[in-house]
Amino acid sequence: MAKINKALFWSLFAAGGTLTAFVFPALAVIVLFAAYGSPPEIMGFDQMRGLLSNWFVKMVAFGTVALALWHAAHRLRTALHGMGLRADGAVAVVGYGVALIGTLLSAYYLLQI
Amino acid sequence: MAYVRPVSKTTWYLAKRSYTVHMLQELTSLFVGILALILLWGISAVARGPEVYRGFLDGLAGPGMIVLLWVTTVVMFYHAIAWFSVTPKAMPVQRGEVFVPGSIIAGAHYVIWFVLSLAILLLAGVF
Repeated sequence: MAKINKALFWSLFAAGGTLTAFVFPALAVIVLFAAYGSPPEIMGFDQMRGLLSNWFVKMVAFGTVALALWHAAHRLRTALHGMGLRADGAVAVVGYGVALIGTLLSAYYLLQI
Repeated sequence: MAYVRPVSKTTWYLAKRSYTVHMLQELTSLFVGILALILLWGISAVARGPEVYRGFLDGLAGPGMIVLLWVTTVVMFYHAIAWFSVTPKAMPVQRGEVFVPGSIIAGAHYVIWFVLSLAILLLAGVF
C-alpha cells in the first residue's frame, strides 16, 4: 500500500513538474497581461467560454490544474519536512486535501461550461 | 557510540549554497500551486457567467494581486529553468552503451519549452 502510494504520488509529482515547467511561465504572463487590464483577445468572456467548451481543451485544462496542484502539494510537503516541520501527517492532509478539492472543483466547473 | 556531527533540522540548507538553491527550487512549488488556484478561479468564473468573470478580471488587478502575479511569473520561469536543468539526472537516456549527454536532454527541453511558450502566447494574442 505504502509503496504503491509512493510511486503514484511521485509520478503525479514528476508529471506536474514537467507540465508546469512547459506551460506555466507562458500562462503566468497571460494572467499578468489580464491583470493590467489589457487581457489578450482570447480572454474575453465569450472567447474563453468558447475555448473551454471544446472537449479537448477541457481535458487539457483539467489535467493541467490537477497535476499542478498535486505537484505543489507533494513538493511542499517534502520541502516543509526538509525545513524541520515534523507535522508531516497534518501537512499531508492539508496539502493533498487542497489538491483533491481543487481537482474535483475544476472537473465540476469545466463540466458546467 | 559513534560521534554524530550535530546538524540543525531547521537551518541546514543555509549552510551551503547548493543546499540553499535546492531548497529555493523546492519552494517554487508554492507558486505553482498559487497559479493553479488562480487558473481554477478563472475556470469557475467562466462557468458562472460574464459578471463573475468580470469580477475575476477585476480581482486580478488588485494591488496585492499584481505583486503576487509578478512574483509568480518570475518564479515560474525559475521553476522551468531549474526543472529542465535537473531533468537529465532524473531521466537519463541511454543509447547502446553510452548515456546521452545531459546538455542534449536539457537543451531539447529548453527548445520545446520555447516553441510551446511562443505558440501559447501567439494563440492568446499577447503579441
